[in-house]
Amino acid sequence: MTEATQTWEAPTIQLRSQRQRLWRTFVRNRTALLGLFLMLIVVFTAIFADDWFIAVFEGREARPLLAPHDPLKQDTRNRLAAPSSEHPMGLDSYGRDTLSRVIYGARVSLAVGIASVLIGGVLGALLGLTAGFLGGRVENILMRVTDVLMAFPSLIMGLMVLAVLGGGLLNMILAIGIVLSPTFARVAHGTTLSVKQNQYVEAARSYGAGNLRIAIRHILPNITSELVVLASIWTATAIRVEANLSFIGLGISPPTPAWGSMIRDGTQHLFNAPWVSLFPGLAILITVLAFNLLGDGLRDILDPRMQQ
Amino acid sequence: MTRYIAARLVLAIPTFLAVLTLVFFVVRVIPGDPAVAALGDYASKEAVEALRERMGLNDPLYVQYFRFLADLARGDLGTSMITGKEISELVRQVLPYTLQLTVSAIIVGSLLGVPIGIYTARNANTGIDYVGRILSLSGLSVPAFYLGILIMLLFAVKLELFPAVGGGDIHDLGDNLRHLFLPALTLGLIMTASVTRLTRSAMLNVLQEDFVRTARAKGLKERVVVMRHALRAALVPIVSIIGIWAANLIADSVLTETVFARPGLGKMLVGAIMQRDYTALQSVMVIYTMFVVGVNLITDIVYSFVDPRITH
Repeated sequence: MTEATQTWEAPTIQLRSQRQRLWRTFVRNRTALLGLFLMLIVVFTAIFADDWFIAVFEGREARPLLAPHDPLKQDTRNRLAAPSSEHPMGLDSYGRDTLSRVIYGARVSLAVGIASVLIGGVLGALLGLTAGFLGGRVENILMRVTDVLMAFPSLIMGLMVLAVLGGGLLNMILAIGIVLSPTFARVAHGTTLSVKQNQYVEAARSYGAGNLRIAIRHILPNITSELVVLASIWTATAIRVEANLSFIGLGISPPTPAWGSMIRDGTQHLFNAPWVSLFPGLAILITVLAFNLLGDGLRDILDPRMQQ
Repeated sequence: MTRYIAARLVLAIPTFLAVLTLVFFVVRVIPGDPAVAALGDYASKEAVEALRERMGLNDPLYVQYFRFLADLARGDLGTSMITGKEISELVRQVLPYTLQLTVSAIIVGSLLGVPIGIYTARNANTGIDYVGRILSLSGLSVPAFYLGILIMLLFAVKLELFPAVGGGDIHDLGDNLRHLFLPALTLGLIMTASVTRLTRSAMLNVLQEDFVRTARAKGLKERVVVMRHALRAALVPIVSIIGIWAANLIADSVLTETVFARPGLGKMLVGAIMQRDYTALQSVMVIYTMFVVGVNLITDIVYSFVDPRITH
């Protein structure tokens, strides 16, 4: 920790100690740790909602594992039943177990969150990298288009893209991916411009490396840390936008459990059966908060000004 | 200053045109025939064809595009394909509700967010700052519609202080404000979260600057140092985030209006998408984008007042 120990260490050891220091900063960053912890819970819930990993080998339908009941099974005689020991979060208007649906719903949210950020990240990084690297007219056109796309709030953009593509899980992922891409493009563009100035890029060019090689081998690795922080924060946004669109009624079609649509169904019975809406909402809040806390913490750690 | 504002106005025109063009083409590529959507699936071929002719859908795309721009320039938004009513009339009816909601949310967000941000920055890394950080991150994480539901359950159902749904009578101020309170609180709290966060980090940066140290060294009261020296410098990023959020609020108002069954542009937008009312959809999108481009413009201009360096 002290200054003295660092000055005489050999370069290789210093490299390792830098990683250790980053890790130590991360562990000491309580908000980031809390975020990681919450995120792991959500991921764990999504994976072990049912025993698909055994069912695949036995060639049968997956059975609920973490979820106490089948999320699609309807108990029509007990519709909108209040929370009880049998159904800790009550039943919805079709008599389905809310807890089981909340547990299965984690899959849709995570799938949309992660896949759309991947699509948006790759698309945006490609655009930004191309613009920043080629410069000139290409750069001008690409970045103006990005500006125009960013003028739209993400929800309005998502609505437009979904209106064109139609609903469903894949279209939802694609729509949110497209919505996110301008932000990634802008960051990738800015970072590319500054990385491009470095001497190692000039060195690579001097020994005859082509544009593509320089972009992939030299520039891309240097802009990833920025993009990773962005990815964590934007996974949070993607999950929230998915919930918003599902709530409006453009999302994943029933009966697949998705948190946003569950809340939408519940609003019709808000006054006599609030639990149908309240629990899925809590799940959204916790999941989005987890990714935000993690992204916030990562940004603190990777921001050189924070590491004195 | 006037030259700067004029330049920004001129620069906003191509952006606005580009956005209008995008809206026009997006509405054109939405699957399904608008005439069929208006008449229903069982309409005869002749009726559909006649309607397409009357709506100008059989004209070449560029003719439709220029007609769209020309109509807009005259302030003509067309008629709704489903209800047959003038869209500009429908917009005139609901626009005041959306404006009311957005403006009051900005006021709530600024009045709560800036003081809390200053307070947490001055008490950085203490328990209260920690609580503030988690709370403001939660505010950024909660979907607007869910916060709306929670607020509605508490204030309208449990405490019965305010009406749960509707927009109230626009001509009766008391009734109107009572209906405005809960939706404005919902959007305002979400806005508070981001304003608090930004004010905190902007103040933290500024409080380390040399001129703040100088002001302290002069023996000025801490209050004067913070309010007159530091806040002034921190105001630039704060104004810009309020601008960005004003644009976002317009979108979040869609959700709030849906939850509180409040008339407004957002409800009109969702209705247009659900009923496949293409003309209404196109018009609402145009108005939304006009808002966003306009808000960005105003932000830039306010910015130049707060920070005179920008105009030079």
